[in-house]
Amino acid sequence: MGAAPGGPPPGVSRGEIVALQSLDLAVKEGEFFGLLGPNGAGKTTTIGILTTRVKATSGTALVGNADVTTQPVRVRQRIGVVPQRPNPDRGLNAIENLQYHAAYFGIPSARATTRAHELLEQLGIADKASAKVDEMSGGQQQRLMIARALIHEPRVIFLDEPTVGLDPQTRLALWDILRSLHGEGRTIVMTTHYMEEADKLCDRVAIVDRGELLELDTPEALKSRAPGGTLVEVTLSGNASEAVDHVRTLEGVLRAEAKGPVLRVYSDRGGRIVSSVIQIAEERGATVTNISLTEPSLETLFVARTGRKLD
Amino acid sequence: MTSAVATAPAPIVAEPTTVPVSAVFLALLRRDIRVARKELVFFLVRTTMQPLLFLVVFGYLLPKMNFVGNGYQAALLPGILAVSLSLSAIQSVALPMVQDFGWTKEIEDRLLAPVPTRVVAAEKIVAGMLQGFIAAAFVLPIARLVMGPIAELTWTHAGAVIVVVLLGSLAFSALGMWLGTAIAPQQIGLMFSVIIAPMIFFGCAYYPWRGLDAVPVMKYLVLVNPMVYVSEGMRGALTPTVPHMSLAVVGVALLIVTSVFWTLGIRSFYKRAIG
Repeated sequence: MGAAPGGPPPGVSRGEIVALQSLDLAVKEGEFFGLLGPNGAGKTTTIGILTTRVKATSGTALVGNADVTTQPVRVRQRIGVVPQRPNPDRGLNAIENLQYHAAYFGIPSARATTRAHELLEQLGIADKASAKVDEMSGGQQQRLMIARALIHEPRVIFLDEPTVGLDPQTRLALWDILRSLHGEGRTIVMTTHYMEEADKLCDRVAIVDRGELLELDTPEALKSRAPGGTLVEVTLSGNASEAVDHVRTLEGVLRAEAKGPVLRVYSDRGGRIVSSVIQIAEERGATVTNISLTEPSLETLFVARTGRKLD
Repeated sequence: MTSAVATAPAPIVAEPTTVPVSAVFLALLRRDIRVARKELVFFLVRTTMQPLLFLVVFGYLLPKMNFVGNGYQAALLPGILAVSLSLSAIQSVALPMVQDFGWTKEIEDRLLAPVPTRVVAAEKIVAGMLQGFIAAAFVLPIARLVMGPIAELTWTHAGAVIVVVLLGSLAFSALGMWLGTAIAPQQIGLMFSVIIAPMIFFGCAYYPWRGLDAVPVMKYLVLVNPMVYVSEGMRGALTPTVPHMSLAVVGVALLIVTSVFWTLGIRSFYKRAIG
């Protein structure tokens, strides 16, 4: 299995990036792979290295057995890249963006034009074919970026936070598009800091933070690894450490920890312990300024592993 | 693969076909020509306005007022062309580079093209050279119109004219690549006032180099300025009776300048492109 850290590269790509401290993973052919982590976790750097756009200071990364450092041209032949922020060629209109990108990959112009129209149709922006890029909305530009990443029929597609800044409706539409690409057998590597996105789309998810791999498994397996119970997070006006010992003795509390003013309690009785927690806090002269409840999820796993929330 | 399943990926075993570098280079060049054609009017106004205004004042008004002698026009015409092609070549590379690397990141799609990154830079420089050529071709007839007949102007060295225009454009396009990728975007205004303006005024564009015999220190100091060789080369080719540097010296100097800026420009582009 590709999940074994330090193993040989059985899959499509394998990154071992010391600049990111250490990130050693392998993505299998045809897999939908998610890199989940907060902003600044090193996700974009990882994508940059794998797409030959950032030079790793050490380590190796392979895409389809081509080394990103020594064989960047071979890597580029295999990949399509959807950037975090749309960066279309503004000197060209929508369809020209696709036609010229195809030309850079040696695709004859008649075939490129046919395929460009097909892609615009498939992505629901066929009516924008001759539009200036500046006249397109953010969501439409992002779709254009996906079309551009697909025009040369790459086997591996990298998407860097593809749904950031999109409205919920467009985001769902994009998810459908990504699912169908995956259904076609393409390998997809996507970064995201949205739990739900990773959970719903990916075959496997790597949770990264500060350039380090924390967890790597299927979303189901990761969720089952999340600490049991509902996470009740209570923010106090003062330091939470005084209350934490007492909270641990409450019935239904699996785990409790204090971090500054934040009291984190994992409860197998759901939110029913909230009133007891508040009572304990107030007995110690603190007032409660905020309460949040999170069901067991990738989010609670991330919080348990890093002590921080994702965004 | 049939066209009916155009969206299906290639079979896993198939290696992607290698695209010849020349095909990618030409596609990149076609893209730049397409964009330049769309912006042709803006391009010409932006890059030739300053030399044309100079032309009106020094090539038309001052001679009319008898402030300069008749021979001055023959010395000025090649210089105006030199400024036009140099400015055009620099700007057509430096400005897009500053924008692309500074904020729009638009060049990203070309950096993902399956060629070595240096090829993308080389193509930009060649595209800039063509724009310098176009600027010269645009300004020459206008200059001739504004100035009226110039006895010294000859077409007997048309080949030399083309070589000087192309070499000069290439040198300044490569300089544009270097400046556009090495200078911080916020400092691009400085580039014009600190680098380009002195280059134009001390580039022997508005006076022949031999004229500097009167100020010997200056005569040798200006030799570090590549614009001098373009101006003098244009003089040698277009108005050979005006005192000028030998075309052989001009050719060698421009070749050296071009190779230096080419090396620096492509290296600097690579540094900016690969983070």
